[in-house]
Amino acid sequence: MKELSLNILDIAENSVKANATLTQIILKEDADTVTLSIIDDGKGMSEEILRGVVDPFYTTRTTRKVGLGLPLLKMAAEQTGGEMKISSKQATDESKEHGTSVTATFNKNHLDFTPLGDVASTIVTLIQGHPDTDFYFEHTYLQNSVNFDSREVRQVLGPEIPLNEYEILEWISNTLEEQYKNLYKV
Amino acid sequence: MKSLAELQAIKDRMKDKVVLREGTNSVRVVIGMATCGIAAGARPVLNKFVEEVNAKGLADTVAVSQTGCIGICQFEPVVEIFEAGKEKVTYVKMTPEKASEVVEKHLKGGKVIAEYTIAAQQ
Repeated sequence: MKELSLNILDIAENSVKANATLTQIILKEDADTVTLSIIDDGKGMSEEILRGVVDPFYTTRTTRKVGLGLPLLKMAAEQTGGEMKISSKQATDESKEHGTSVTATFNKNHLDFTPLGDVASTIVTLIQGHPDTDFYFEHTYLQNSVNFDSREVRQVLGPEIPLNEYEILEWISNTLEEQYKNLYKV
Repeated sequence: MKSLAELQAIKDRMKDKVVLREGTNSVRVVIGMATCGIAAGARPVLNKFVEEVNAKGLADTVAVSQTGCIGICQFEPVVEIFEAGKEKVTYVKMTPEKASEVVEKHLKGGKVIAEYTIAAQQ
């Protein structure tokens, strides 16, 4: 992928496909590192699938079950000397908790660091395609931050206006862009 | 988050319009947004469609949506256009520039751009 923001889009699409009602995308950045977390409350993966999901050549499938998205993110992290971790839980009789959490760390100053790119566009794209699920987004750089919570937007709009109406997407894009202007000002 | 008040104002302006629009979309533009599509550049193509469909005043009839892997990864970004009573049109190796052209000529003008379709690749 040319930008990490495209990896983010790709992994968050998995969350939506796993029937997440809320997908959280959190970027924590300082002068040297970026930590990306994508946390969803989707149906989660079995241990067997979880074991194979980062290995593009491991498969138990007869039909397509896992793709290349996670191996690509893992590669992007590891080529900077960082790493990717993934944990997942399916609901059981004992516990109703479920969801998947992916965390990747990157060394920003490494030659092979893929630039973050247009993260705001990724958020807008997710909402355009999935107006009925919620996304929480936070990007911090030292003490500054960019925040977006689709639940707040939904609360203002009420049930009659879908989040992917053009005017709404435009507003979301503008609010993110405005916040991004100040993110790296220290 | 800034300017939720502004959002409220947008909502008030839109209310009637959205109610009118419901169920009137007769054309569907579907963009493949799986790993293959995203890596090949589907995100800017999608955003260009969303932008241009609105700019050309087609939002009442054209719905732009996303799907997973269409199965022809080597042709990504792939865009399919579904219209009631017509055969599906599959555009391949799309770019934002081609997307603008498809909105203008195909969605607005009703003319398929044959050279961008999958048929022209085979």
